[in-house]
Amino acid sequence: MQTQRTRSYSQALHEAIEQEMTRDSNVFVMGQGIDDFKGMYGTTKGLVERFGPNRVFDTPLAEEGMTGIAIGAAMAGMRPIHTHIRMDFMLLAMNQIVNIAAKSHYMYGGAISVPIVIRSVIGRSWGQGAQHSQGLHSLFMHIPGLRVVAPTTPYDAKGCLIASIRDDNPVMFVEHRMVHFQTGHVPEESYTVPTGQARVLAKGDDVTIVGISHAVVECMRAKVCLEQVGIHAEVIDPVWLSPLDVDTIANSVERTGALLVVDSGWTFTGASAEIVAAVGERLQGKKVFKFQRMGFAPVPCPTTKNLEKQYYPDAAGIASSAFSLVRGSKEHWKPEIVDAPEILEFKGPF
Amino acid sequence: MIDRLFRSLFLIRRVEEEIARVYPSDKIMSPVHLSIGQEAISVGVCATLRPEDVVFGTYRCHALYLAKGGNLKAMIAELYGKFAGCAKGKAGSMHLIDTSAGVMGASAVVSSTIPTSVGYAFAEKTRGKDTVVACFFGDGATEEGVFHEALNFASLKKLPVVFICENNYYAIHSTESARRGGPEITAMAQAHGIPAIKLEGMNIEEIIQSVGKAVEEIRNGGGPRFFEIMCYRWKEHVGPNDDFGVGYRKKEEAEPWLANDQVQVVGNKLSEEDRRRIEIAVEAEIAEAFAFAESAELPPDSELLSDIFRTH
Ligand SMILES: Cc1ncc(C[n+]2csc(CCOP(=O)(O)OP(=O)(O)O)c2C)c(N)n1
Ligand SMILES: [Mg+2]
Repeated sequence: MQTQRTRSYSQALHEAIEQEMTRDSNVFVMGQGIDDFKGMYGTTKGLVERFGPNRVFDTPLAEEGMTGIAIGAAMAGMRPIHTHIRMDFMLLAMNQIVNIAAKSHYMYGGAISVPIVIRSVIGRSWGQGAQHSQGLHSLFMHIPGLRVVAPTTPYDAKGCLIASIRDDNPVMFVEHRMVHFQTGHVPEESYTVPTGQARVLAKGDDVTIVGISHAVVECMRAKVCLEQVGIHAEVIDPVWLSPLDVDTIANSVERTGALLVVDSGWTFTGASAEIVAAVGERLQGKKVFKFQRMGFAPVPCPTTKNLEKQYYPDAAGIASSAFSLVRGSKEHWKPEIVDAPEILEFKGPF
Repeated sequence: MIDRLFRSLFLIRRVEEEIARVYPSDKIMSPVHLSIGQEAISVGVCATLRPEDVVFGTYRCHALYLAKGGNLKAMIAELYGKFAGCAKGKAGSMHLIDTSAGVMGASAVVSSTIPTSVGYAFAEKTRGKDTVVACFFGDGATEEGVFHEALNFASLKKLPVVFICENNYYAIHSTESARRGGPEITAMAQAHGIPAIKLEGMNIEEIIQSVGKAVEEIRNGGGPRFFEIMCYRWKEHVGPNDDFGVGYRKKEEAEPWLANDQVQVVGNKLSEEDRRRIEIAVEAEIAEAFAFAESAELPPDSELLSDIFRTH
């Protein structure tokens, strides 16, 4: 057997952009600092040398205006990729995203479309605090007319980005800083990952664990711990948050009878609430199941170590919750601290 | 006067050098945006303000916080994530606050404290107070829509704000020419009807004189004033290191700025004896603040869920 081609998540993104720009001259990339020597965490590095400054360019600090400008170019038939080094900055562009990008196709009766990709990074804390570590994907899931995707593996990163660029609709492409470093199999040729399809990362019959964005990495660690106490978890990465693949998750829960959803964001009215509700609607009258949600503590992110540690769900906590779901709330178990090297080793760049 | 200015400049410089020295130990687990090289702006502007006047800043807020009289121990404890920090360890380096000294906080989101400065000034003016609000931001912030929206309102209502644009030529690694097609920053303020002055050459006495006059006019009901003060960031955008030659700027560009170090320029105006006396006192104060931060306690775990709302 041939050895698999391994790449990091950021390399996979880079490759997707490069291949799509080569294929379609309408694709261009714009965003603050994308043509600097760091190249948006390596994902846009060298592209300006290859494709020139008309197709790869830095922008003023003007999120709302630049989003509208990208939307206008998309209306004219181009395929912009607009980047934000932090998801938090998209808040400045909400009007253009929600009122223009999301609505134009419907509001104008299909006369116009907005094929834009907006990439943004969730920056897990390391003391970055309240304004630089939010996971706001749920806000966008709420809006009809937007697609939201948050891939976690390098394979899906490349395939989803290519699918997003080719999509004729606005796509919010969410990248967690902690998955940028993940490595895995990435084919060299161009390929797409189907829109709206979840991925079962690991099979199991006792509990269904759904992890969103970086949380799914912790869920996979939790699964390994759970094996030691005889619990076999099925781990699902929804990949696309909108459209959401309820079928895959509901089918799994129908079999396991227990659903734990772990988000890289807050739980209240968030993606985890939607997933539990959607599965509940699908299975009512068919299957009674236990469920729980985990996510950020319901506060802005604090910077200090001990509070930050409590703020994020970790693998040990996820395993413990899954255990109680399966064995009943009277039984408690929590594995020893589970290493999360990407978090321990991270010290920037931010 | 000179001794007070030197004290403040030297304190800020040495505090940030200490932060840079300690940083690799990971005791400060929070991204730091150092003001080294730009201190004279905060120190000069704050020298023209009264204790009751207030300032709003950016993530690059260490110099402003200290220049306005923010508590040093509480700052270092905050950087160390300790409960005795100015925000109980919840803010880190980017959001320093000391309301008792008129430091009204700092935001990591570029330009987001420009309108809040204006709103604060509106409230003070409406209630007949003669507070002046100093609003600090970088050159990059002038590209944001909210900059223009806030300037327009300040002009419309003749609000007591002194806008201080610290122009260090860069937004992260992007030069001004990559970000702005049109006019000088001062011209944009003037277009909103706000008198604006550009100060080049980084001279603290000039800053004090020019801003001092404007602050006086503002206090007398003259409405907002705007300053663009040219400066240079000596360290990397975020982090404790030098970054000449990594790919976007060269040491030669920095040299004139390094040669015009206002900490030294002002220090040289003092007698050797006075200067030493101040330096020794400042070093002791810094050592004490870091020792305090080292030994201070982390917040109790229960702090995670406190402070979301004011409930008392
Ligand atoms: C609204 C927003 N957009 C982008 C960023 C990312 N960012 C952080 S600092 C910075 C540069 C700002 O430059 P400038 O205003 O000149 O201040 P300086 O860092 O030079 O002091 C950018 C783009 C941000 N924090 N907020
Ligand atoms: Mg700047």
